[in-house]
Amino acid sequence: MNLLPFFEWLEGTAGSVAIRESTLLYPFIETSHVLTLCLFLGLIAMLDLRLIGVGLRGVPVSEVAGRLLPWALGGFVLMAMSGMLLFYSGPVRASGNIFFRVKMVMIGLTGINALLFHFTIYKRVADWDRDATPPWRARAAGFCSLVLWCLVVICGRMQAYNWFDKVKG
Amino acid sequence: MELLPVFQWLEATAVGTTIRESLWLFPMIQCGHLLGLALLGGTVLVVDLRLLGWGLRGEPVAELAGKLQPWMVGALGVTVGTGVLMFLSEALKCYYSPPFWYKMGMLAVATGFAFTVRRRAVGLGRGRVTAVVSMGLWLGVGFAGRWIAFY
Repeated sequence: MNLLPFFEWLEGTAGSVAIRESTLLYPFIETSHVLTLCLFLGLIAMLDLRLIGVGLRGVPVSEVAGRLLPWALGGFVLMAMSGMLLFYSGPVRASGNIFFRVKMVMIGLTGINALLFHFTIYKRVADWDRDATPPWRARAAGFCSLVLWCLVVICGRMQAYNWFDKVKG
Repeated sequence: MELLPVFQWLEATAVGTTIRESLWLFPMIQCGHLLGLALLGGTVLVVDLRLLGWGLRGEPVAELAGKLQPWMVGALGVTVGTGVLMFLSEALKCYYSPPFWYKMGMLAVATGFAFTVRRRAVGLGRGRVTAVVSMGLWLGVGFAGRWIAFY
């Protein structure tokens, strides 16, 4: 399936043009996208560090997950919305960018990692809630989450550079 | 004191020149800066949310802040370290960038606030206004920082 015609149409819509050609709107959306990183990744990192057994030791895992994840999810929604607006402002270039493509795959993998965690080892969290060092499957989930999200941030930043683009934009 | 010659000298240093002339170094330092920012934001946010009565409510504020202290200091070190490197590579651009000066001003105030008023609030275990001011200041630092790229 070739999505390029669709992205070309999308890029020509009034909203896309308006963001792309704006003086303040584009920087404002991009800044929102970067700063929600603290809300989303900052809090996810707290949970991951707790799962790995190096941060917030002594705080029950269920408390960290239960009380911080709602905030992190709020951050994710803001991040996804601002990210979609950024994509909308230049879909042709973004979709052809290798870093963007890798980033989307990595985000998919973080989702799979999170689902695996929540539907397997986290189901039995009561057994290891207060362990300073959680079971290896929880540690592995925390480690994978941290590594994958770091790669997402790195790819997101690198997306601004057009080193590997076929058409330089 | 005239600052421009200082900035010119900083930009001409070996470190600044090496980063500026490399294709990969600056983007990689930027990534480190962003990841440090995320961790710093997380550690600040957990304590500020707690001061507001949200987030990890089951833990005493001082204990929570104590546990996060090494991570906060580490994240601040990474963010400041990578920030200095980026600054060296484009000191002159920064000199003429209004957001750069706003950011440095806000950073000084935010850091000062964190180690005085906020530290006291954490010790007392309460301080809703302090938490809001703290989050506002760091948000301002990050906001102005991103705008250095635009103006």
